[in-house]
Amino acid sequence: MNRINIKLQEKKKLLSIYFTAGFPNLNDTVSIIEELEKSGVDMIEIGLPFSDPLADGPTIQDSSTIALENGMTTKLLFEQLKNIRKTVKIPLLIMGYFNPILQFGVEEFCQKCAEIGIDGLIIPDLPLEVFEDEFKVIFEHHNLKNIFLITPQTSEERIRKIDNLSDSFIYMVSSSNTTGSQNSFGKTQQNYFDKVAKMNLKNPQIVGFGISNKETFSEATKHQKGAIIGSSFVNYLKNNEIRSIEKYIKPLIQ
Amino acid sequence: MSYQVNEKGFYGEFGGAFIPEMLYPNVEALRQNYLEIIQTESFQTEFQQLLKDYVGRPTPLYFAERLSQKYNTKIYLKREDLCHTGAHKINNTIGQILLAKRLGKTRIIAETGAGQHGVATATVCALMGLQCIVYMGEIDIQRQAPNVARMKMLGAEVRSANSGSKTLKDATNEAIRDWINNPIDTFYIIGSVVGPHPYPDMVSRFQSIISQEIKKQLSEKEGRKNPDYVIACVGGGSNAAGAFYHFLEEENVQLIAVEAAGKGLDSGESAATSVLGKIGIIHGSKTLLMQSEDGQITEPYSISAGLDYPGVGPLHAHLHTSKRAEFAAITDDEAMQAGLNLCKTEGIIPAIESSHALAVLDQKTFDKNDIVIINLSGRGDKDLNTYIDYFNY
Repeated sequence: MNRINIKLQEKKKLLSIYFTAGFPNLNDTVSIIEELEKSGVDMIEIGLPFSDPLADGPTIQDSSTIALENGMTTKLLFEQLKNIRKTVKIPLLIMGYFNPILQFGVEEFCQKCAEIGIDGLIIPDLPLEVFEDEFKVIFEHHNLKNIFLITPQTSEERIRKIDNLSDSFIYMVSSSNTTGSQNSFGKTQQNYFDKVAKMNLKNPQIVGFGISNKETFSEATKHQKGAIIGSSFVNYLKNNEIRSIEKYIKPLIQ
Repeated sequence: MSYQVNEKGFYGEFGGAFIPEMLYPNVEALRQNYLEIIQTESFQTEFQQLLKDYVGRPTPLYFAERLSQKYNTKIYLKREDLCHTGAHKINNTIGQILLAKRLGKTRIIAETGAGQHGVATATVCALMGLQCIVYMGEIDIQRQAPNVARMKMLGAEVRSANSGSKTLKDATNEAIRDWINNPIDTFYIIGSVVGPHPYPDMVSRFQSIISQEIKKQLSEKEGRKNPDYVIACVGGGSNAAGAFYHFLEEENVQLIAVEAAGKGLDSGESAATSVLGKIGIIHGSKTLLMQSEDGQITEPYSISAGLDYPGVGPLHAHLHTSKRAEFAAITDDEAMQAGLNLCKTEGIIPAIESSHALAVLDQKTFDKNDIVIINLSGRGDKDLNTYIDYFNY
């Protein structure tokens, strides 16, 4: 069974952390992942940087620009992750835009992921219809889960369609927004969390965008299975040592 | 072969809507409604009326006698430079703002490079009394101060795009992000035949008035509807899409798309996407684009701010690979000379974008009896500083 699906069976609320590979320094990737696991994180999204990250706010854009300036490439990321499964057990996903994956070759990319032990991919600009027609078989062959996004504007009909096509979790975007931190969620967002929870989807949902502290984490996971922190963690890395990652994570999971 | 978009939004293998889920509801609503809305009688009446009385259409199809003598062929110029605001861009912004109103949108956003599309959008927003926000790269804001001032005079807010290379592609990214953040009240007026389906088709349709008029005007002047050649410059490709549109299925009409070679195809400073690009995804569309081996989008260069886009619209990518259109590459120097040549020969100062199309006359030989139409997409007022610097006037 895929590591993501095993993890999702645990009773607890899950904390997933996003970081941009190659930021703040080119060769931080492995130590960040190891430190996150040690600190008690449940799942990690490794960001493959892109020059034009449409769905991301300023923090992740900037980290991507710096990562590319540092020399991060798809090939190099795979090279860095080559032995990651010797030390890390938790589910690992790669989040990236479609063009770099397309240039690498979708089949080759999936094959590499499988060799390394990557469990899933999040590709925000790969449309559901194209995935279904062209790439679903390839993903399945390599035991990779494709994670779809839903937003407060996604119709119930489309949420059901996404639920049917998913086989791990659904990435629930908390608000109509690019990525970035918020201090708390408003009534509209709470209602949206409620509404989706009541749909009894077959896939659990993990909430992302706008989560930055214990309060937003608790609100987001009241009805949902887990939450993803990205921008806030990327900001933390900008100003803190990798060995102090635990100080960031502990307050969230205690 | 068909050169029209198919049901899934593709021209051959190019096009589609490679967008994050956050944009899906808006783009899908547009996809489902755009054809029906623009085909209604009330839309067409209002659109045609504004094109006539506000834009000043039809624009002349002008027989350039001295230019024809010089190149020993029959050259007509389609005078889009005479449109209100100085370029063809306004044909599209009028169409899109009427559509936005019918979709109940109250807030308009746009991207702009040199500022021509930004001015055309600010203009129609003033005309309709709608809020207007234009994203423009920080570097372009510095380079194009007069157009920034125009937009502000027209009531638009100009927001600086400070990410990435701080030019057109980044302004487009920022506009898309704005749309993600404002999914309910906002309409995104894209300025070229780029972006996710249905934008390339929609913008082509609004610009197709150019070739529709050429057919009628040529019949009156020459007793034939089809020329031998239609030549237009291509950045994203909206003026070319409009000039080619009604000739796409007429295989005896040769279409020439002219890209900016910048300082030369091998110089590393160029915008000739059909030569230097590979298939990939940019701004929600699968098309040819300039990128690194690793799939990072690279920054193009041209002396003409309207041609330095790292991709081309999916229609043009299809015209290129299917060989329906011939693609030419014109350097900065060739374009500047061709622009000056038009000034001296015909008394018309062209936009530097359009000068690239004119430069094909020096690169290619035409028969004496050929009818060659060049789409003069814009006027050169906005480029005076560049001309002055280049020729030391």
